Order: sequence, then C-alpha cells, then structure tokens
Amino acid sequence: MFDQLATLIAYQWFGLDPLSHSGSAIHFFIMDITKIFFMLIVIIYLMGLFRAMMSPERVREYVRGKPKWLARTLAILLGAITPFCSCSSVPLFIGFVEAGIPLGVTFSFLIASPMINEVAVVILIGVLGWKLTVLYVAAGLLVAYVGGVIMEWFKPERWVEDYVWKIQMGEVNLAKPDTSLVGRHRFAIHEVKEIVGRIWKWVFIGIALGALFHGFVPEAWVVEHLGGTDNWLAVPGAVLLGVPLYANATGVIPLAEAMLVKGVAIGTTLALMMSVAALSLPEMIILRKVIRWPALALYAGVLAISFTLVGWGFNLVT
Amino acid sequence: MKNVKVLGTGCANCKATVKLIEDVAQQKGVEIQLEKVEDISDIMTYGVMSTPSVVIDDKVVHAGGVPDRKIVASWF
Repeated sequence: MFDQLATLIAYQWFGLDPLSHSGSAIHFFIMDITKIFFMLIVIIYLMGLFRAMMSPERVREYVRGKPKWLARTLAILLGAITPFCSCSSVPLFIGFVEAGIPLGVTFSFLIASPMINEVAVVILIGVLGWKLTVLYVAAGLLVAYVGGVIMEWFKPERWVEDYVWKIQMGEVNLAKPDTSLVGRHRFAIHEVKEIVGRIWKWVFIGIALGALFHGFVPEAWVVEHLGGTDNWLAVPGAVLLGVPLYANATGVIPLAEAMLVKGVAIGTTLALMMSVAALSLPEMIILRKVIRWPALALYAGVLAISFTLVGWGFNLVT
Repeated sequence: MKNVKVLGTGCANCKATVKLIEDVAQQKGVEIQLEKVEDISDIMTYGVMSTPSVVIDDKVVHAGGVPDRKIVASWF
C-alpha cells in the first residue's frame, strides 16, 4: 500500500526515473515515511490504551520480595512494556535497590526496557516480518535475563555509590490513574503526541539515511564490505557503530531495512539495532550518578559481547 | 496559593514540564509557588521513580513523562 503510494508520488507526479539513484532513494523515503508514521501513530495509541495502567512504581511493587528467578522474569517482561525515559534511570535504580530488589534484577530491567519497546516491535513486523521480530524480542529478553545474571556474578554491590543505600524512599503516594476508557483514550492520545513529537526528528534522519543507503550505495559494495554471513568482523563492527549512534530503537529501523535489502546479514543488522538501543552513551553518563565506572564498563562489556554473540548466532543459522 | 513542585534531575522533559506548568498557570491567571526539586534524595522521598513528576500541595499528581496540557489545566 505504501509502496504504491510512493510509486505514485515519486515516479508519476514527480516523474523520477526508478532506475536512477535519486529516484530510488526518494521512493524509499516517501514509502518509509508514510508507512512508519502511520504505524507509529496506530501502535502508540493502542499501547497507550494499555499502558495507562502500567508504571515503574507498579513494577517495583510486583517484583519486590519475589524469588529471584521470578523477579527477574517479571522485571524483563514488565520492563519490555513499561514506558521509560532515560532520565528516570536514576530514580528507578534507587527505587529498586531501596525495595530490596537484587541488583541483577534491576540491571535486567534496565537492559530490557529501552531495547524492547512496542513501537520498535510493530515497525519491525512491518519492515522485517513476524519471524524476525519474534527472534529480535526473544534475543532481547534473553540478553536482558543473562546480562543481569552475569552482572550479579561480579558482585556489583561494591560499585554502587554509598548514598544510594542510605536513601529512604517515601511511601508511594500516587494518585490513582484514570482507568476508564475515556481516561485511557486521553492518555493514549497524549502518548501519541508526546512520543511522535519527541522522536519524529530521529525517525526522519533514520529514514533519510536509509533512503540514501538504498539509493546510492551499490549492492556490490555492501556485500563486499559488510554483507554476507561469513564476514565475522562485521558483527562486532556493527555493535561498535551502535554506541555513538544514540537515536532510539525506532530511528534505526529504516536504516536496518535498507541494509538488509542490500544484502547485509541479518545477524549483523540485529547487532547494530540492539547496540543503538541499549548501549547509549547518554544513558551511561546518567547511570554514573548511581554506579561507578567499573560497573558501567562491565555493563557495557556484557552487552557488547552479548550482542556480538547474538549477531554471530543469527548469521550462523540463517 | 498552590505549592507546585516539579521533580526531576534536569533533563529536557523536566524543563518542558516546568515551562508547561508556568504557561498554563499564567494563562489561567492562577498564582502558584513553583519549585524545582533536582536532588535525587529529595525526589525519592515522594515515592516516585519516574521523572518528571509533579507534586501539588504535597500530593503526587503525576509521574513519568511530560503531562498533557489539559491535565495540567485541570490542576488549577
């Protein structure tokens, strides 16, 4: 549907040549812009209806006091669907610690939350199809689970800033959320405005990059330098590339789509996506307020290695 | 006069929330005492984990993300 719309606009109205670089790039741009913003709006609205009832404060109540394996499982499942703003990392971390939730569980939550968000998932389905999306989510949950466990082995308690242990968190005195359908509708509409308003620039840039890649980078170059499942170095390279590329999980998808179409291996692409979403420099800097450098380095290292392994794994089986 | 506190460590959303509240209060001609709480220990005493949050007369009315304009208007 969006393909046809883009064809209509780019090739019929503007009269561009489908075989030219710019024609191809612009077609991709229009197609993706319309497709992605349409899906964004629909899915944020639907999730908003549901999310009106979820919050990190609630997650904390559900998770505290449970046996560790259950706490961790709940943390990553709830983390995947809970709204998350980077600046909340600090109060969230402290809140979990203060509730006696094990550090490893907290880290699992911190990994799952930014990496798996419903916006990215829905767009992935539209762009890469069901199978790959399920694999991405499964891989993300697995990395979150295992990542938290590994963090725990290193006893990160010793790297948490002292003041965190001393903070007394007040009673959660939150006004009850409006869970009527009208209330949830209002919340959902607000979510759409707020999220789209916040990320549209990133999505635009992502689509523009994807379009340029699509139109101007020859397939042969890609296959030679990046593509193919037997290019071992491409995966860690993709992970490294993801670190400075702090956009959000959504913005990178159009680029990933373009890369895949040009022949970059699936594992390599997935490694890039996960790295962009979860290994972000701004997030590390914010977390520095509660944990010291050795823990941050460990966190980054565990994630980087996990993503590389996931990338290699996918390349091996596809 | 209502005492309004915006809890947040200073990110863009927190600043946007402060500005929104100032705008709405001014538009409605309501006088408020607006404070920014940026110290993490103080923020935690209110029992919130997602910022920005808004506390009016010591009751938490909002936590997480920039609040909707209509909702802010309903507070005054």
